Amino acid sequence: METGSNNKGIFLSLDWVTIVFYLVLLVWGWFSVCGASYSFENPDLFSFEEFSGKQLVWIGSSVFLAVILLFVEKRFYEISAYFLYVAMMLLLVVTIFIAPDTKGSHSWIPLGAGIKLQPAEFAKFTVALAMGKFMSRYGFYLSKPKNFIATCAFFIVPMLLIVLQKETGTALVYLTFFLVLYREGMTGSLLFTAFAAVVYFVVGVRYGDVMIENMPVVIGEFAVLLLAQLFTTAMTQVYGNRWHDTRIMLYGGVGLSLLAFLFSKFVIPFNLCWILLGIVVLQAGFLIWLSIQRQSWRHALIAVFALFSASMFYVCDTILEHLDDHQRVRIEVLLGKRDDLRGAGYNVNQAKIAIGSGGVTGKGFLNGTQTKLKYVPEQNTDFIFCTVGEEEGFVGATGVLVCYLIFILRLLKLSERQPDTLGRVYGYSVSCIFLFHLFINVGMVLGLTPVIGIPLPFFSYGGSSLWGFTILLFIFLRMDAERNLKRQ
Amino acid sequence: MSNNILENRRYVLSSIAVIIVVAYVARLAFLQLMSADYKESADNNAFYNNVLYPSRGTIYDRNGKMLVYNQPAYDLMVVTNELDGLDTLDFCRTLGITPDWFEQRLAQIRDLNKNPGYSSYTQQVFMTQMPAADYSVLQEKMFRYRGFYIRRRTVRKYTYPYLAHVLGDVAEVSQFDVDNDPYYQSGDYIGKQGVERSYETDLRGVKGVEVLLRDARGRIQGHYKNGQRDRKPVPGRDLTLSIDLDLQALGERLMEGKLGAIVAIEPKTGEVLCMVSSPTYDPRLLEGKERGKQMIEMGKDPLKPLLNRAVMGTYPPGSTFKPSQALTFLQEGIITPQTAYPCARGFRVSGFKMGCHGHPAPLPLIPAIATSCNGYFGWGLYHMLNNRTKYKTIQDALTTWKDYMVSMGFGYKLGIDLPSELRGLIPNAPYYDKAHFDKKNNKPNWNAISVISISIGQGEVLLTPLQIANLSATIANRGYYITPHVVKEVKGGSLADSLLVKHTTKVSPEYYEYVVDGMRKAVLGGTCKGANNPWFETCGKTGTAQNPHGQDHSAFMGFAPKDDPQIAICVYVENGKWGATFGVPIGALMIEQYINGHLSPASEAKATAFQNRHISYGNRK
Repeated sequence: METGSNNKGIFLSLDWVTIVFYLVLLVWGWFSVCGASYSFENPDLFSFEEFSGKQLVWIGSSVFLAVILLFVEKRFYEISAYFLYVAMMLLLVVTIFIAPDTKGSHSWIPLGAGIKLQPAEFAKFTVALAMGKFMSRYGFYLSKPKNFIATCAFFIVPMLLIVLQKETGTALVYLTFFLVLYREGMTGSLLFTAFAAVVYFVVGVRYGDVMIENMPVVIGEFAVLLLAQLFTTAMTQVYGNRWHDTRIMLYGGVGLSLLAFLFSKFVIPFNLCWILLGIVVLQAGFLIWLSIQRQSWRHALIAVFALFSASMFYVCDTILEHLDDHQRVRIEVLLGKRDDLRGAGYNVNQAKIAIGSGGVTGKGFLNGTQTKLKYVPEQNTDFIFCTVGEEEGFVGATGVLVCYLIFILRLLKLSERQPDTLGRVYGYSVSCIFLFHLFINVGMVLGLTPVIGIPLPFFSYGGSSLWGFTILLFIFLRMDAERNLKRQ
Repeated sequence: MSNNILENRRYVLSSIAVIIVVAYVARLAFLQLMSADYKESADNNAFYNNVLYPSRGTIYDRNGKMLVYNQPAYDLMVVTNELDGLDTLDFCRTLGITPDWFEQRLAQIRDLNKNPGYSSYTQQVFMTQMPAADYSVLQEKMFRYRGFYIRRRTVRKYTYPYLAHVLGDVAEVSQFDVDNDPYYQSGDYIGKQGVERSYETDLRGVKGVEVLLRDARGRIQGHYKNGQRDRKPVPGRDLTLSIDLDLQALGERLMEGKLGAIVAIEPKTGEVLCMVSSPTYDPRLLEGKERGKQMIEMGKDPLKPLLNRAVMGTYPPGSTFKPSQALTFLQEGIITPQTAYPCARGFRVSGFKMGCHGHPAPLPLIPAIATSCNGYFGWGLYHMLNNRTKYKTIQDALTTWKDYMVSMGFGYKLGIDLPSELRGLIPNAPYYDKAHFDKKNNKPNWNAISVISISIGQGEVLLTPLQIANLSATIANRGYYITPHVVKEVKGGSLADSLLVKHTTKVSPEYYEYVVDGMRKAVLGGTCKGANNPWFETCGKTGTAQNPHGQDHSAFMGFAPKDDPQIAICVYVENGKWGATFGVPIGALMIEQYINGHLSPASEAKATAFQNRHISYGNRK
């Protein structure tokens, strides 16, 4: 523990920009909880019977926690990272068995006095610390498959445990560690492959049964196969870096596909997807040939990507069928395949109505009708952004998003300036976790991403998530401050 | 890979963050700035507009007798998705209905074909206008019947069995009304006929509204913005009619068993004192739930009791038209008061004859009016139409004539404050050009003889009883009339300006004195002898109008007292034979009632006799 004269130094070297935005978001979040939880029977915002009053307690305790964390040296985490990680994994395991059923999930441990704790919200920082420590080992190279797999295991394990707690949404947050790995040297092609898979899936499902006008061609199939060609060609250029190869694939593949399209459109209509599929397979063959001739693994991997891409349209329905019912319906609603305003689409539709009715400047603090009258479910927690949209309008909602953007960009900047791997990995983990929460939570409220129940940091009501995010952030801020101290 | 390249990956991650936020801001702009639908959906979600109905204005006669008032009635409403757990049997017993009926009614409510506005979340009408007695029984048990609600409404009540046509009635709005006026919603009441319709906007008042907040489960959570957006209902305005109910009652009594109309006007003001259309009906028949059934019944009646003959019946005016002719000829200089025309039991020109009854001839103007000489007015029009020094063509002459008629209120609607007034018919030159068109020579072929019967109120001329009464008022006023109207005062409002306009005819007041003299002579010793009485000087003119439907119509037009007219009247009895048979005595009784305020015993006896004297209209059926 640092004591006495060093404290002043710590506080001066803290990154106050981040702290100011943290406090702004915290206060802004509290006002939103007030709007969302307003009760006609008890309009006292400070009453501890109401969410708004309780949230004040959580906010106060979080700030207290933050100050304490600023006194904990980085050295402590370096030493205890694995211990914290293992302890947390054990807690997650225990939780599966002792947590009572709360709306189908087994992730909340009751602490008495009506207070419940969700360990999954606290697991993130232990994962980030342990991963950081592991990656700062001497002789660690992410490019070594063994190291890569071991690193991934650090977040795959808690992910699985949380899935077993039936908190799939929270588990998905751990995928964000791939972004951290990307910064640490993981090839971008993996991220691109994931991105491409999402695109194929969305296009394939959305247009899986729509025909092109006057042609026996399914738009989804045609589009996925065409994209497969384009993406494969692009990857060949980026990773093979020979314009000669790319040109062959571009003209031979995409050019031929377009010719086939024109023939089908204007001469004899036929299902040209077989031709497109054939072209992708030929491209894969060409890549394998290149791979053998040049002794290059890269081309073989791109060939695998091509075949994976080509198969995506044909497997997306199967993937959909193997999801849980409620997840499948959410995805179908999101992709406009299903109109179910009273059932699965209800939340998102009501969220859109609440936000849309806010207009430019909103209806004013506590004047939102949709949220106050409980039209939006989960409005205190996952759908809190509706209240911002309704009561503060476009101006307020955009303001919140911009604050988050500055906050996250600042965190990325701080992460990059860390002098060691632990600090950097931890910093990127923090940044990416916030980004992922923002992306999923706001996206789901706006009807752009699937409904995945994860909170909006600092806005959603709840002690566990608020403490979890505060711990995550302030461990990093202390690390960052120490960097300055060492330089002095 | 070198650390340099990896450092740059921070920008890739930053770009992802920027792209996400930009995309979300764009989405927010789309949701919040581009589309108004969400705002509307939000309002539909959260606001429940509870309509507060104002009380409809009360209607009084000119002496302050209350004619129409409101009585509370109760509609039983149902919200079908709240119906679970209802003890149907108990409910049916309380309401006095059978379970079968209950099920049928619910099925009807749920049937979107029959009930297009159906929603299981909102109140639907289960039963309308429950009597107060049923309501009081039901009220005690209402707490047990979840899903049922009482809506308090009012129904119109009528104090007297008279004046049905003028009062009109109210009924639920039609889809047409709802489409045309956003004020109305399905289930509202609207005036359908009479002053209920023409003064609808005054009588109905302004609906109020409570804007209530309704939560996701449909529970009311209070007033929006503490009631800032609530509006109290504004009660409808009371109407005072110009109708004298006693006079009206007498008129309806006298017209029993006869078809026709009586219209009386106060000449100075244009106020309609009575407006009888016979056959009539008891307005109380249309109260409440019975309205629809009764309307259908009366609609089937060949005597057309729903028709307001006073403003919608167009009749040949017969000789009541003659004073208007005399005035026109005098003003145009065709005749002087001294001009005398021969009448050899009619008007005869080169083989054409328009018959007349026996009287001394030739006659000057005043006795010609008194004896209602057809020959005189035939010659007058003949000379007018053939006067080529004054009018270039016969068309010009007829156009001049038509302008006089129009200035006296004929040929167009007078603009009375009642719906459905008809304009009658005054032929003009193009009308005859078309009717008498010689195809061989390709030009109109008609002359004064072709149209001569219009001079005695026959032929093409058609007037409503209101227009005849208005002619009488014009003569009483010596040359002007005020637009006739049945409403004297709108409490807290005002009459339309168009009802108070003074219309001056094209004839100078001095010529009216000759016509007044003629009408006075008619009462003293001419065709209207029956209208004379010892109390005041009555002026009158009979009419016996030929018509293609059988027996002549009997008409009377008059006013009294001669020098300070209080009342101008028209009585028109279909198929009443001579003007003197029904028109004169009925007119005389009406005038006496109004001016004296009562009937003398002798007149009372006469009234009873006329009340019981019915005309057979068997051939109409």
